Amino acid sequence: MAESPDIRLGLYVPPHPHPLLAPEQNEGWGRLRDAFDTCRQRIEESGADLIMIYSTTWPSIIGHQIQAHPSPVFTHVDDDFHFLGSMEYEFKMDAEFAECFRDCCEERGLQARTVAYDGFPIDTGSVVALKLLNPDNRIPACIVSSNVYSNRAEQIVLGKACRDAISNLGRKVAVVVVASLSNRMFTEHIEPSEDRIHSAKDDEWNQKILEFFEDGRLEDISQLSRDIQGQIRVSKVVAYKPAWWMAATMGQHNNYEGEVLAYEALHGAGGAVIQLTPSEKGIGDKEFDEDDVEHYHGDRGVLDKGMI
Amino acid sequence: MAKGEIVLGCLAPHPPHVVYAENPEQNEPFSEGGWEALRWGYNMLARKLKEVDYDCIVVLTPHWQTYIGNHFLGLERFQNISVDPIFPNLFRFHHDIKVDVELSEAMQRSAEEAGIVSMMMRNPDFRVDYGTIVSCHMMNPDWDKPIVTISSNRSTHYYSDEVMNEQASALGRAVSKAIEESGKKVVLVASHSLSHRHFVTEAPLPEDMSREHIYNHSQYVWDMKVIEMMREGKMKEVIEILPEMIEQTMAEAEGGGLTWMMAAMGMPDYPAEIYGYQSVIGTGNVIAAWDPNSATRALVL
Ligand SMILES: [Fe+2]
Repeated sequence: MAESPDIRLGLYVPPHPHPLLAPEQNEGWGRLRDAFDTCRQRIEESGADLIMIYSTTWPSIIGHQIQAHPSPVFTHVDDDFHFLGSMEYEFKMDAEFAECFRDCCEERGLQARTVAYDGFPIDTGSVVALKLLNPDNRIPACIVSSNVYSNRAEQIVLGKACRDAISNLGRKVAVVVVASLSNRMFTEHIEPSEDRIHSAKDDEWNQKILEFFEDGRLEDISQLSRDIQGQIRVSKVVAYKPAWWMAATMGQHNNYEGEVLAYEALHGAGGAVIQLTPSEKGIGDKEFDEDDVEHYHGDRGVLDKGMI
Repeated sequence: MAKGEIVLGCLAPHPPHVVYAENPEQNEPFSEGGWEALRWGYNMLARKLKEVDYDCIVVLTPHWQTYIGNHFLGLERFQNISVDPIFPNLFRFHHDIKVDVELSEAMQRSAEEAGIVSMMMRNPDFRVDYGTIVSCHMMNPDWDKPIVTISSNRSTHYYSDEVMNEQASALGRAVSKAIEESGKKVVLVASHSLSHRHFVTEAPLPEDMSREHIYNHSQYVWDMKVIEMMREGKMKEVIEILPEMIEQTMAEAEGGGLTWMMAAMGMPDYPAEIYGYQSVIGTGNVIAAWDPNSATRALVL
């Protein structure tokens, strides 16, 4: 294996379009927007030459899909928040990295493919993140999907495959995860001024997760992923996957400087902009309950056993 | 004005594979065919529709997913390319869709009056989802009738399958009332599969039918049970056991389509017309229709 991957920083940002399309309508949305703007500067200052995005709003079924169109252009509209406006985009993708990431996935036993089609529907979360973090396309990007059926082992291996690709090509990377904390939204229309976290329980859990982030305890959050899913995630998918992928991609430890730049409600969901910077001064590793895994072996025919 | 009516209800699954396999000029990729049991079934249903007098197709689709109630298409025309986010290799479809905005607004008003959270979608850049496009293309490849798409509220995920059943039923009743008052003849479409566990790998040639089969036998047994009940005209019972089926087979009915359509049609107690059943990338798909007119209702398969 090549030398250890050069990851300059990690960001955790929310997927909703409000900070992009309507930051003036609610002070909290405005603060999230300011935090995105700060992160844009931080990425520039970091010297990163690749923005690597994992988006929870891009589901996939045939393994893991990786965006490889060198310059995707389209106008995106969100399914729920279409009334906030359209999101025109033209991005610059690192197709070479996408191909390498795909190869690294396959070497670790994952099903993966690149997609490079005119008019491919890039998801709301990725569009929001790229438009705010990289408005001039100064830095090429890559986006990887979130497989609807994947669970922990697969996400961890996906993160490791991403590290392999970063090392192989010697990229200097800003890792970006696009995900809510608590993800329960209000199911009715609300005035922007009425936005708040959906429940006190969601808010308490979010605050606890933010404490972990501030202490740089990314691997601990990854280990807590199943609890987080059970407590504050609507069961849209089988697991809370972004922390697994982020921790695996960034090295599976707790040694980061953490900074919460903003935490606000987005139609009831918990939206946070968080920066993690690799550091010698982290909190160190606690005991971990969950196994580590290097290679993905699929469902190992579990479903075939016991068939008549 | 004569009372409007629902002249046909169709369960019309939307794997993009069936459009891909038909090679219509609107779709960019080329195929060597595949999934004939479904495609030929759809061809038969399309022929029946040619004989039906109707003004508009109303579709409830699980691929326009909304968390804030149900949304209704609210502009007259949508011209765009639809690229399937899951199977972009199979479906890149150029479309020109006409919408019956008057009926759409009437249904949304009726939903609102019934206390259902709802909204019109008026953004001209909005892309109509591929579920709508696949079902409508297979049922009416001439695209010579206006449509309305209604989004799928994610109440199954936010609450439970039972809550979904209640909410989708209320929406069905509201839509039925609006259709009656509109004086129009309407075809309803629930756009979805039955069992819905996919393979996570794809054959090098996706239409290689030597690779196609149901994901597992349990899915098949559930699909057959429900189809048998459809033949027997037991739709109230089907809707009642739907939560269990959804839980055990990940059935795409979780988006509310079948419940909505059956509630709008008063829970049919007459036999469904069955046009075909086949698996697509492991999922179970039936094409079925409910014809309220006993004179034209047929035993198809
Ligand atoms: Fe579907």
